[in-house]
Amino acid sequence: MKLTMASSPHNHSLKSVNKLMLCVMLACIPGILVQSYFFGIGVFIQLALALFTVSLAEAAMLTLRGRPVWPTLSDGSAWLTGVLIAVSVPPLAPWWVVVIGACFAIVIVKQLYGGLGFNLFNPAMAAYVLLLISFPVQMTAWLPIQALLSAPLPVLDQLALVFTESTRSGLSLEQARQVIDGATGATPLDHVKTATGQNLTVTEAMDNSAFAHFAGEGWQWVNIAYLLGGLYLLKAKVINWHIPVAMLASLSICSLFGYVLGNQAGVAFHLLSGATMIGAFFIATDPVSASTTNKGRLIYGALIGLLVYLIRQYGGYPDAVAFSVLLLNMAVPLIDYYTQPRTYGHGAKK
Amino acid sequence: METLLEQIESGKLWQFPGGIHPPEQKSISNQVSIGSLPLPEYLVLPLKQHIGANGQLLVNKGEHVLKGQVLTQPGTNWSLPIHAPTSGTITDIKPMPSAHPSAMPELSIVLTPDGEDKWCDLQARTSIDGLDNKALIDIIHHAGIAGMGGAGFPTYVKADSAKTIEFLVVNGVECEPYITADDMLMREHAEDIIRGIEVMISILSPQCTLVGIEDNKPEALAAMKLAAQHNDKILVRAIPTKYPSGGEKQLIKVLTSKEVPSGGIPADVGVLVQNVGTLFAVSEAVYKGKPLIERVVTVTGNTIQTPQNVWALLGSEVKHLLYSQGFTPVDEQRVIMGGPMMGFTLPTVRIPVVKTTNCVLAPDNQELAVAGQEQACIRCSACADACPQTLLPQQLQWFAKGQEYDKLEEYNLFDCIECGACSYVCPSEIPLVQYYRVAKAEIREQKLEKVKAERAKERFEARKVRLEKEQEERQNRHKRPARSAPAKDKAKVSEALERVKKKRPEQSAVQAAIERAKAKKADGDATTLEPDNSAVALERAKRKEQARKYKEEKAGTDQGSAPKDAVAAAIARAKAKKADKETGKASSEAPTEATADDPRKAAVAAAIARAKAKKAAKTPSEQTEVEKPATEVASEDPRKAAVAAAIARAKAKKAAKAAAEQTEELVHEEPVTEEAQEDPRKAAVAAAIARAKAKKAAKAAAEQAEEPINEEPATDEAPEDPRKAAVAAAIARAKAKKAAKAAAEQAEEPVNEEPATDEAPEDPRKAAVAAAIARAKAKKAAKAVAEQAEEPVNEEPATDEVPEDPRKAAVAAAIARAKAKKAAKAAAEQAEEPVNEEPETDEAPEDPRKAAVAAAIARAKAKKAAKEAEQARLESADTTEENSTSIPESELNPEDKRKAAIRAAVERAKAKKKAQEQEGNDLS
Repeated sequence: MKLTMASSPHNHSLKSVNKLMLCVMLACIPGILVQSYFFGIGVFIQLALALFTVSLAEAAMLTLRGRPVWPTLSDGSAWLTGVLIAVSVPPLAPWWVVVIGACFAIVIVKQLYGGLGFNLFNPAMAAYVLLLISFPVQMTAWLPIQALLSAPLPVLDQLALVFTESTRSGLSLEQARQVIDGATGATPLDHVKTATGQNLTVTEAMDNSAFAHFAGEGWQWVNIAYLLGGLYLLKAKVINWHIPVAMLASLSICSLFGYVLGNQAGVAFHLLSGATMIGAFFIATDPVSASTTNKGRLIYGALIGLLVYLIRQYGGYPDAVAFSVLLLNMAVPLIDYYTQPRTYGHGAKK
Repeated sequence: METLLEQIESGKLWQFPGGIHPPEQKSISNQVSIGSLPLPEYLVLPLKQHIGANGQLLVNKGEHVLKGQVLTQPGTNWSLPIHAPTSGTITDIKPMPSAHPSAMPELSIVLTPDGEDKWCDLQARTSIDGLDNKALIDIIHHAGIAGMGGAGFPTYVKADSAKTIEFLVVNGVECEPYITADDMLMREHAEDIIRGIEVMISILSPQCTLVGIEDNKPEALAAMKLAAQHNDKILVRAIPTKYPSGGEKQLIKVLTSKEVPSGGIPADVGVLVQNVGTLFAVSEAVYKGKPLIERVVTVTGNTIQTPQNVWALLGSEVKHLLYSQGFTPVDEQRVIMGGPMMGFTLPTVRIPVVKTTNCVLAPDNQELAVAGQEQACIRCSACADACPQTLLPQQLQWFAKGQEYDKLEEYNLFDCIECGACSYVCPSEIPLVQYYRVAKAEIREQKLEKVKAERAKERFEARKVRLEKEQEERQNRHKRPARSAPAKDKAKVSEALERVKKKRPEQSAVQAAIERAKAKKADGDATTLEPDNSAVALERAKRKEQARKYKEEKAGTDQGSAPKDAVAAAIARAKAKKADKETGKASSEAPTEATADDPRKAAVAAAIARAKAKKAAKTPSEQTEVEKPATEVASEDPRKAAVAAAIARAKAKKAAKAAAEQTEELVHEEPVTEEAQEDPRKAAVAAAIARAKAKKAAKAAAEQAEEPINEEPATDEAPEDPRKAAVAAAIARAKAKKAAKAAAEQAEEPVNEEPATDEAPEDPRKAAVAAAIARAKAKKAAKAVAEQAEEPVNEEPATDEVPEDPRKAAVAAAIARAKAKKAAKAAAEQAEEPVNEEPETDEAPEDPRKAAVAAAIARAKAKKAAKEAEQARLESADTTEENSTSIPESELNPEDKRKAAIRAAVERAKAKKKAQEQEGNDLS
């Protein structure tokens, strides 16, 4: 009788990369839905564009590298990158912004480093930073949340803005914003930064109709949605608690000090505005580019939190998750090296 | 603060990091009690079933054994005996596939049961009172008990711990999915297990005993608790179900909070772990006297109709277990020995159950999916989270792939227990454990290589130092010989020096020889050569004896360099010979003396003579003298005869070529022949070459008058080596015929033959030497009378060819001699005969008187033989003898047949010559 030989163990948890990635994407859904509720259908347009581009770019690169296309593409890691890029760019940004970002993420940041598992940097965040630096105007053109709009932009106008950079009536995004909002400045973070720059107190800056609630109308809900998704990931044991907890804790502590000592925005404002939650649960936890030891993860998360606070507070950019993550990506090998756990039977810590 | 013991006693448990929860699948096999199997057709019992050495076989093939009878005798090195699991006959003892992932063959006893299952005498006990530790350990040892949970470590070794054991940990965890062997054993034999534990307690006297059982086995827990009720030192603990809490290190951590140091053993922290199965076996051995011959094996999996635990006799094939429980294989069937996490797939079902076999798992491909394609690692570190040893499997994996062995060790690869948890959780389905296994093996191998290399280096350096020292010593001791030698080959020189040194006790003999040789020189042209010859003969005999002595000495003292030295000596001798040739040419015996003075200084002499020898070799003349020293040198060391002979032959051949155009050429054959005689074993080689040369010489001589001498050497060879005699004889015949033809026109030939014939019967060994010299002289004489013509001789050599059967060579030789005698008789009337006889008698015989008598007898016999031969010739050789003119034709026929062989021999001789020359050049 011919018996099949195999090496132990002979059973498997049936976890797979594909399932993990799908799980993460699934966890993004609440956030995406809330985002599209507040910022319009543009989110889905960007999503579709990003997914299409990453698939194409990944397939092309795999072909060039002589790797099997479908088995690798179907692991879902490229799609997840696409999703993260799509939710990071302004919903009404021109189509080429997200396409460039997606291509850069896959081709340069991921595949040129050797594909999944070999990239030093988080592809989505590297792409976001590239876009932010290269196209600051387009990348900061967030519309005020729709609830504030006197007249919500029709879906077709949003499509037209993304693909032709003007509404059907020929207005540019900037013009449309002027018409709609009457004010420049996009996000609450941006607003606070600008306002404090004008020697207004945070309270004064916050005392604006844009901030119906403590962290700014809309953004807090988006963040809460991502938090829910993140909690799901924790529960499903897709991610470990170390990074998000460390990051959020560190950000909270820093902003608490800032609030108490320096008349700065409060803890809740920091936690629930900008990309804090998506960063903590979906971006910083990217396994490939994050630290791999539990102790290292705590350090990694805490340092991201610190950097986010510092850049938000003192840096030139309104939000800082992408920069912080990329900076810490660089520190990962060092962190990992110095945080090797004590192996069973080894008395002294390494 | 509570002490550890108090904490433990209060029921506190600790945790180990990591761990996984694979599907338990235990209910498949633990629903029914342990079953029994029918006796298998045969049992295969590997001698080695555990860590440690094999025992010594006590039984033979065909022997009948009783159940429980010991089959092997344990040695010292952690070895255990094995016992006959049932009564029957040993049908074979041979290597058979073993319970190993590669089914590596192990020497096994094949036992065919007789169906009676008859026990041998067992020594049952009711209590262990009065048995000391040694006795108990002895019982455990001789019952062949090895750890039944995993690696199969001999239990007696563990029990004989030199360290104080604080905690005896009993492993009833059985964390591997599917396996329920221990579970069922605890349910059914809890009391026996507790008794086994108590035996261990009495040996080790621990502070307390902890029985760890996973909380997914409530029945076993209850049974064990009940059985242990009477002994409050035995604490039965339910531990949380988590794989691999049954791992020794993990269980120790859980129950005692202690960690076994890396690279250490549990006894290092005062803990000893025994599996419940092992303790059951201990109880059986101690109380019932039963050796370990059977064990509980879980037979399970979806392809098994009635999965359950069975009592399997050790040596039962897996096939027997599977089919007894109903086995319906699926495509790509895997049969796993052990559990799904750490078990290994079997290449065949014909693998015996051994002491460590706890489960035979035959899953279908749904319950245990076939491993998928390995994907890229996403560094999720799920593996690190699952690792019970807190390793970083992901990093290890990268290092293993990159073969960064230093890094692997830095990351504690060798602390990996290969539990498989990392591979189990890996989303990329990377066979991590396999990578580690390979890496471990590679590192181990590398380390082994390193150790080997270091040892080799040490040896080399030690040797270098030793050699240098030896050389220094030698130089200090023997400055004189070292100076005179051409110090190019140090080994040679030192060898010579050693020989000289060894020879010293025999110096007087040598001195005597020198005296004699000088005397000889003094009356070199003396008319009475007799005393001179006897002296030479004496000298030769002595030298032979010396050679023998030297041989013995050398065998005792100089084994290492012997072969080298032999070659060196051979070359030296060859050179000496050459030198002698030159000497001969110069008609001066002084160098010959030098050589004779100490044959072992041949190298020195040869070196001096080498340059001249080349010249001399090209123009050989008066070689009657030349052969003597050469022969002596060659005979000096019989062992070296072969080498010497080869060189001598090669040179002789060279000389022969040159001499072919001369009349003396035939003399060259004679030394060769003598050398061959020196070493009967090499005779064949020598003979072949000699023959080849003889042929050549014969051809050359065919046109000359001296030919008949050719047959003599050939005849000499023949009796030396009966096997080769036929060939030699045949060639001799052929030559004789040729010679006859040549001699037909001559008259002196019979005279030449006669002396040779005389000598032959006297002393075959000595005869050759004597004969050679005699022949040479005879030849000279023959040359003188070469112009004469005597026809009668013609017939006689021709008659030599008559015996076609090579085995009759001896007879032929005899006949040849006889004829020679006859011819001699005829020639007796001639004037040359006395002259010819004289030198012969002078040189060869050790005892001239004896020789004379012998010669007389030989002559008489030869006469008789000649008459007979004449008759034989008339009867059987009509065709050959019909007319004497056809002789050349018939001569060619036997020649042609042997031509190939002869040519080959010549080729060999040439090749040898070249090789030797090459070597000689290299050495000089």
